[in-house]
Amino acid sequence: MEYKKRIRVLVAKPGLDGHDRGAKVIALALRDAGMEVLYSGLHQSIEQIIATAVQESVDVIGLSVMTGAHLPICARLMKMLREKDLSDVFVVVGGVIPQNDIPKLEKIGVKGVFPGGTRFEVIIDSIRALF
Amino acid sequence: MGVAKYIKNQSDGIDKVIYQSGIEVKPCYGPKDLEDIGFDYDKDLGDPGQYPFTRNIHPQGYRSRAWTTRQYTGFGTPQDTNERFKYMIAHGQNGLNVAFDLPTQMGYDSDSPQSEGEVGRVGMAVDSLQDFEIAFKDIQFDKIGSGLTINAVATIMLAMYQATAEKYGYPKEKISATPQNDILKEMIGRGAWIFPVEPSVRLVCDTIEYSVKELPRCNPVSICGYHIRESGATPSQEVGFAFEIAKTYIDNLVGRGLAPDDFVGRFSFNLNVFGNMWEQIAKFRAARKLWAKLLKEEYGVTDKKNLFLRGLFGGGGSGLTKEQPENNIIRGAYYALAAALSGAQTTALCSFDEAFTIPTPRAALLSLRTLEILMEEVGLRDTVDPLAGSYFVETITKEMEDKIKEEMLRVQKIGGMTNAISSGYIQREVARQAYEFEKSLQNGEIIKVGVNKYTEGEQPDVDLHEYDDSWVNTQISRLKELRRTRDNREVSRSLKALEKTAKSENNVMPALVDCCRAYATVGEMTGVFRDVFGEWDEPCLF
Repeated sequence: MEYKKRIRVLVAKPGLDGHDRGAKVIALALRDAGMEVLYSGLHQSIEQIIATAVQESVDVIGLSVMTGAHLPICARLMKMLREKDLSDVFVVVGGVIPQNDIPKLEKIGVKGVFPGGTRFEVIIDSIRALF
Repeated sequence: MGVAKYIKNQSDGIDKVIYQSGIEVKPCYGPKDLEDIGFDYDKDLGDPGQYPFTRNIHPQGYRSRAWTTRQYTGFGTPQDTNERFKYMIAHGQNGLNVAFDLPTQMGYDSDSPQSEGEVGRVGMAVDSLQDFEIAFKDIQFDKIGSGLTINAVATIMLAMYQATAEKYGYPKEKISATPQNDILKEMIGRGAWIFPVEPSVRLVCDTIEYSVKELPRCNPVSICGYHIRESGATPSQEVGFAFEIAKTYIDNLVGRGLAPDDFVGRFSFNLNVFGNMWEQIAKFRAARKLWAKLLKEEYGVTDKKNLFLRGLFGGGGSGLTKEQPENNIIRGAYYALAAALSGAQTTALCSFDEAFTIPTPRAALLSLRTLEILMEEVGLRDTVDPLAGSYFVETITKEMEDKIKEEMLRVQKIGGMTNAISSGYIQREVARQAYEFEKSLQNGEIIKVGVNKYTEGEQPDVDLHEYDDSWVNTQISRLKELRRTRDNREVSRSLKALEKTAKSENNVMPALVDCCRAYATVGEMTGVFRDVFGEWDEPCLF
């Protein structure tokens, strides 16, 4: 398969949680897969994440949430993206996410949900399949 | 997860075993190996309770006293947490280890916009002294010691602990608290930092200096290799980086005119138990020895008790898996066995359901029982340092010592721990290790039962701790009521005094105790620090 352009991904850590092992690991894995990867750093507000996404013209925002607050966080992000007319930026999320929450996240427009331990190729392929 | 690499031959025999720290293990060890490493009983081990304390810091180990058990506890409102504290104490736990929610850890009040969705989620919500009064109601401050797992605002929580104890009639000389208070490790892993490096280190050292003078039974810092390892570091990096962090704090205090002998006895360590069992045992034994040698040789510490590496060896969080979650119960037991064989004074064990979220009471109790079974049933109190003299264990303990020293030297070469963190060196190194480990796990080079071998497909249902939204409302309405009913002039006065102290070189602790007594909120006190110190600008890693 050929790709027209390099996919630009913003790996972001929303909110107060600082457990960023997963975010950094996935950033390195996506980079090794040929994507252009930016890492937001810690303690980012949804507003800051969106501002970075716009400034850097990313195609995908990949959130990493470990605290269990993935539903309220994703809901806010999706709402703000719609309000700012940025629905062409895809959102995926990884972290400590129970199976039961996956359909709820998909329903609000999250394009990929990757609970901890998901294989790199699954994540990479899912992101590539969006384009 | 920390298991070793095994290189196998065609008939499934093992050709090579390489530990994460880079130690290669031989198929068989004998007297010749001890000879090769120049093993000397007195120099390398010494009797238990004797320098360099490789065997144990106490002459009789668990014979004289079993370990202290401190399960990490706290969630929801202070009322919920108080009930859980009492439940664990009623079941034999003899110390507390308080978990705070993220807003508290990051210095925001429960009604702050930044706190949305996180109040009471991963720990207890604390806004003011009122919350501590509820959380520690009926706790005997003179008998039960409390670990306070908080870092960026550890100064505030220690001040609050003192103010609460005094309110309940316990003089500050009698209270025993161990705030985690290791901000440099937060900058490497776990990420609950607020202020830039320099004022952050100052705050850590303010609590140490204050404890030395005012709180004789408090251990004001618990240096955490634990989270550095959880973030991906190898066992030798875990200890090496922890020691370099400790040196940063020591140097700051020496710069204030304190003698190391006055305060290093108050340091404790928090080290991780997951991984290859032998590698962890070698790590704990080597760490005790190296710490004593470091203090004696580099800092001229003379009092024997000040040379002890005391600490909590426990946890094991990264070893847990969501797949076949009951396996975590068994893993936890083996991890705890490694801690017991290594002579841990204090321990705590991650509960099997913590692969998903914070534990249910039943799961927390099961961890406590695991620790109790080791001490009460299977013979871990029989004799001190039972593995001493093993050709294998002594050889790898010595090798581990060298690996730890190598890691310390690397940090020293780039100008010490604060430079290594400000430049992002440590964070990049740890992230790289984490990535390599994850790749090895995914390609099957490292085996994890139930994950990449002996998998079952369908997952059993597990009853999990559930987050209750009503906690937020309870907490916020109490906070609003407090802001209305407290003496707000006294609050302003105490916060102004705090600001003045923060801008000076004086110790912030007395001013903080004063603020806590006036029921200033965590957000207000941290706000003063945010204004005076600013926030840390994390180095860009990628």
